[in-house]
Amino acid sequence: MWTWFYRLASPPHFYFLAGKLSSWLLIPAIILVVIGTWGGLVLAPPDYQQGDAFRIIYVHVPSAYLSMMVYVTMALAGAIGLIWRIKLAHAVAASCAPIGASFTFAALVTGAVWGKPMWGTYWEWDPRLTSELILLFLYFGYMGLRGAFEDINQADRASAILAIAGVVNVPIIHFSVIWWASLHQGPTLSKLEVPSISGDMLWPLLTMILAFTLFFLGILAMRVRGEVLEREFQARWAQDVLRGASPMSAN
Amino acid sequence: MPVNSGTEATAGTAAEAETDSEAPALGLLALFWVVFERDLRVGLRRWTDASNSALFFVLVVTLFPLALSPRAEVLRTIAPGVLWIAALLATLLSLHLLFRADLEDGTLEQLLTLPYPLGWMLLAKTSAHWIITGIPLVVMAPILAITYHLPANALGVLTFSLLLGTPTLSLLGSIGAALTAGLRGAGVLLAFIVAPLMLPVLILGARATDLALAGADPTGPLYLLSALLVLAVSLVPVVAAGAIRVSAD
Repeated sequence: MWTWFYRLASPPHFYFLAGKLSSWLLIPAIILVVIGTWGGLVLAPPDYQQGDAFRIIYVHVPSAYLSMMVYVTMALAGAIGLIWRIKLAHAVAASCAPIGASFTFAALVTGAVWGKPMWGTYWEWDPRLTSELILLFLYFGYMGLRGAFEDINQADRASAILAIAGVVNVPIIHFSVIWWASLHQGPTLSKLEVPSISGDMLWPLLTMILAFTLFFLGILAMRVRGEVLEREFQARWAQDVLRGASPMSAN
Repeated sequence: MPVNSGTEATAGTAAEAETDSEAPALGLLALFWVVFERDLRVGLRRWTDASNSALFFVLVVTLFPLALSPRAEVLRTIAPGVLWIAALLATLLSLHLLFRADLEDGTLEQLLTLPYPLGWMLLAKTSAHWIITGIPLVVMAPILAITYHLPANALGVLTFSLLLGTPTLSLLGSIGAALTAGLRGAGVLLAFIVAPLMLPVLILGARATDLALAGADPTGPLYLLSALLVLAVSLVPVVAAGAIRVSAD
């Protein structure tokens, strides 16, 4: 009954499954980006305080949310790989890192662009911005540590330990605006309370968050396929795919 | 059971114990002392290695007045931050001493084969490392702070915060040292991966001294520093043991 679950850890099965999944993830992602962008840039009314400049929220917030979610995914995948010795989990963690670093960079840059007209400064050393910058350093440290090992198994396990040690930063980023008096505004969306943002601005934001998440999963599926091929290139199934002999290799 | 000196001490007694009885020969406290005392002796024998980081500390502290301003009001304001940053950098510089030599001559693998908890033995090693590299920082800091015209109450808080903070820095650094022990030229990478973990200690230590300098009550950050130390002592050995097992492969 659980065979479908156990099969997910098999590299060839995951390779072909991810191939089929990635278009199912990326096409809705692109559609939702278009809808969310239209809703955010055209349909949503200007903010009473910030005017039209607030619209960068539709890129900034999804990027920041993804930057944290991807790090947690990376740490979880590393933990699964360490505890249950599933090599595919390590491949997923390795694939997450560059995507997460890009989202973090995007969040920092869009935040700086938003901060200049709003706060009068591109940067401030307040808790949220600083901890997001630390997250970027953690991603770079992770990728650097990975690249420093010759043996892929050592690289996997060492970087999994590093990712797990660094995951404590994510709650700090999330709660920093509640714990400390911060220049960055407080939380708009929360699980239990009514959002403090108006409805016609809210739905494009949620759409964009969903779109970015689907985009991340689709890109992750593609990256993991590449990572798996690289790690398992000596296996028969991989040789078939690379030589184009397999009927599924077109995916 | 006589404890002979030398690198094979613990392996020797354990091997004798295996043939005599089921349980390992050393209790936890005795084990801690054996590893701690051996590392302390080796470290003191190679005191010039440890003195590098202490001299670096003095060097960094010397650079700021020359580059920024030698005026007392300026130095007094930047003193807490500068001294704490210099202590952090000096700690980063000394971390390679922890595991590199032992990994290269095989002692680390001997430790791995022993029937004792690896985390406990690593705690002993890191404690010896802190005695050799951290204590000099704690002792020199007030002397250097006097050259920064820091008043007496702030001096006391600075020293105390370093006393609480440098062991935590050594412990957190041991994770990075364990992860990069087998890598060539991993100096900057080591600094890069442990620095984010060390930031809370830096911020709290500098803040405590700042508060004392302003005449306010510094006990809040000092309590948090002690909490971080307790957290580090309890959690880091587990993580470092896992990291050492990866590196010693």
